[in-house]
Amino acid sequence: MVEMIRRAGRWFDHRLQLAGPICDAAEHPVPRNTASWWYVFGSAALTVFLLQLVTGILLALTYVPSAGEAWSSLQALNHDVTLGWFIRAMHGWGSNFMVAIVLIHMAQVFLFGAHKYPRELTWIVGVFLLLMTLGMAFTGQIMRFDQDAYWGLGIGASIASRVPAIGPVVVKLMLGGPIIAGATLSRFFALHVFVIPGMLIAFVGLHLLMVLKLGINEWPMPGRIVKRATYEAQYHALTKSEGAPFVPYAIWKDLFFAAFIILAIAACGVYFGPFGPTGQPDPTIIQTAPRPDYFFLWLFALLSLLPPSLETPILLIGPAAVILGLILLPFLSGEGEKSWKRRPIAVVTVLMIAVALGTFTRLAQSAPWSPHMNAWSGDPVPDRYIHNTTALERQGALVFQVKQCRNCHALGNTGGQRGPALDNVAVRLTHDQLIRQVIQGGGNMPAYGNNLSPAETTALVAFLGSLHPPTQRPARDAALDIVFRDGQQKPASTQP
Amino acid sequence: MSSKPIAALSSEAALSRRGFLAKIGILFNACAALILAVPIARYLLSSLTIGGAGDHLSWVPLGRVTEFPEGETRLATFRNPFVMPTDGKTVDTTCWVRRIEGDQFQIFAINCAHLGCPVRWFPQSGLFMCPCHGGAYYRDGSRASGPPQRGLFEYPYKVEDSILTIQAGDLPTPGAPSAALVKEKSWWR
Repeated sequence: MVEMIRRAGRWFDHRLQLAGPICDAAEHPVPRNTASWWYVFGSAALTVFLLQLVTGILLALTYVPSAGEAWSSLQALNHDVTLGWFIRAMHGWGSNFMVAIVLIHMAQVFLFGAHKYPRELTWIVGVFLLLMTLGMAFTGQIMRFDQDAYWGLGIGASIASRVPAIGPVVVKLMLGGPIIAGATLSRFFALHVFVIPGMLIAFVGLHLLMVLKLGINEWPMPGRIVKRATYEAQYHALTKSEGAPFVPYAIWKDLFFAAFIILAIAACGVYFGPFGPTGQPDPTIIQTAPRPDYFFLWLFALLSLLPPSLETPILLIGPAAVILGLILLPFLSGEGEKSWKRRPIAVVTVLMIAVALGTFTRLAQSAPWSPHMNAWSGDPVPDRYIHNTTALERQGALVFQVKQCRNCHALGNTGGQRGPALDNVAVRLTHDQLIRQVIQGGGNMPAYGNNLSPAETTALVAFLGSLHPPTQRPARDAALDIVFRDGQQKPASTQP
Repeated sequence: MSSKPIAALSSEAALSRRGFLAKIGILFNACAALILAVPIARYLLSSLTIGGAGDHLSWVPLGRVTEFPEGETRLATFRNPFVMPTDGKTVDTTCWVRRIEGDQFQIFAINCAHLGCPVRWFPQSGLFMCPCHGGAYYRDGSRASGPPQRGLFEYPYKVEDSILTIQAGDLPTPGAPSAALVKEKSWWR
């Protein structure tokens, strides 16, 4: 039996002649210290990519890329097709894992100085692989053709439309027509299923080829300086003196981690289930608060927090500048120290980017800048704020609720966070300042002068004036105290 | 079999007959590619020609004027004038209709002027609010607060035989042609 298999193997190899090159590639010597758990993220990214290919093809057996039917085919996957939900969950979680692993791989490679001579092109191809991974993430979010996908496309179109001069042309090319419709989904399907994966396969091939030809980056030693003239000879000597064949010396860690990642994705899929779809992609249903997927939450936060005047320049120039910077990086620092221990700026840069992305993502999960559209009818004014109040103040509490102030202002920790919480507002603003703020707005607040009758304003301000801790007196205008000192009559509006 | 060695195409040696034919072959293929490129490019760019001179814009009816009470802002639904068979529900669109008085209207796009999320009208506070990044607009569509740099997009409208019609057909975005129809200028123009 064994002899038969061997003979068959010889028969095929006589014709294919692949055994030699494959064995050479598998057993090429790698520096011993690269057989580290730090070096498993590249192969893990490849593993997840292959998993995405498999689950993606499986989904395509059921999915219908038509604006009229995509949503129902997703429902069929979730509920009707046996284990369709599991394949969807694997594909969705796989995408999250892939973005995360590619970013970790990139940070590790950068901190280990692997982008330096002679691996500049490997790094640049890697930058394109990152862009394609993000492209797959965005187009994949569109494949889940639901409300978030529909309005997400609108956001993409709004950003694209801001390109000077050719904005409207770009929007039409992106949408495949004047509006978001069937043609839009079809072209994003073509991108997600044919164009970007095809490019990914080609670029992954190039990336791997260069890793084989140039050798894996050795473990960086502080003080071992990269010089163009001497590096390759040094690396060659290193693999000769303390090299070991990649298979099996280093590969077992890659294999263990690959299996671990696949199981982790499957576990997340089983435990958390598939992503959506949320409501139908029906633009007449406007009771929706669109949110991007996890990997673009930071962008959602950024778009809310940027000063409006900087938004368009940063949106248009920012990505180009970042991509250009990443491509130029190996040319700007192609030589010198590799070890992170001697590259404090590199370490701080990675940490700052990680902290910034993490913070923005965390913020976007609660989205304090978004009004709570239902707070005015859902969250009552806490009892304690209307205990022992006058009739006028209670009327003011009603006005406060009915005029939807709750959508942006919290009381007792419930309500919107767009504006400041008002539990102690009377300590911060005097009676006159409250009137001015309500009527004229300002800061980030609309003016309510046209929407409040004088009686409503009086009641509202009376209520707001009562919002202070029992131990603290409300704010007052000290200057007025002097102007209207004893004996003189105070004007009605300054009466507490 | 000739014993004469045949020069490879890349060799510096004098141009052989075969080498010349190979070069002609490359040129021939380049011509074929060029001839194919024209229809392919036209196919790829067909989404642009749909609305070349704004011919994708049409007048669509929103309903009788009496359906919109004076002084109120109501949600209206219309079907996009340009429909393809696979569009599903995406061609049904909404807009906010504000009837000021008589035949005086303001028809606002549902899309926020910031990034296109659907704005909601709150009659009690007289504001349009956006659920995404917190943009807010007054009842006349002008910007009240938040990231938008301009007021809501407006559709041109007309009233004929007591039927309110609007000129619609493209997705209102900060740079789209319909934005130019609105009186308010974008800040970067």
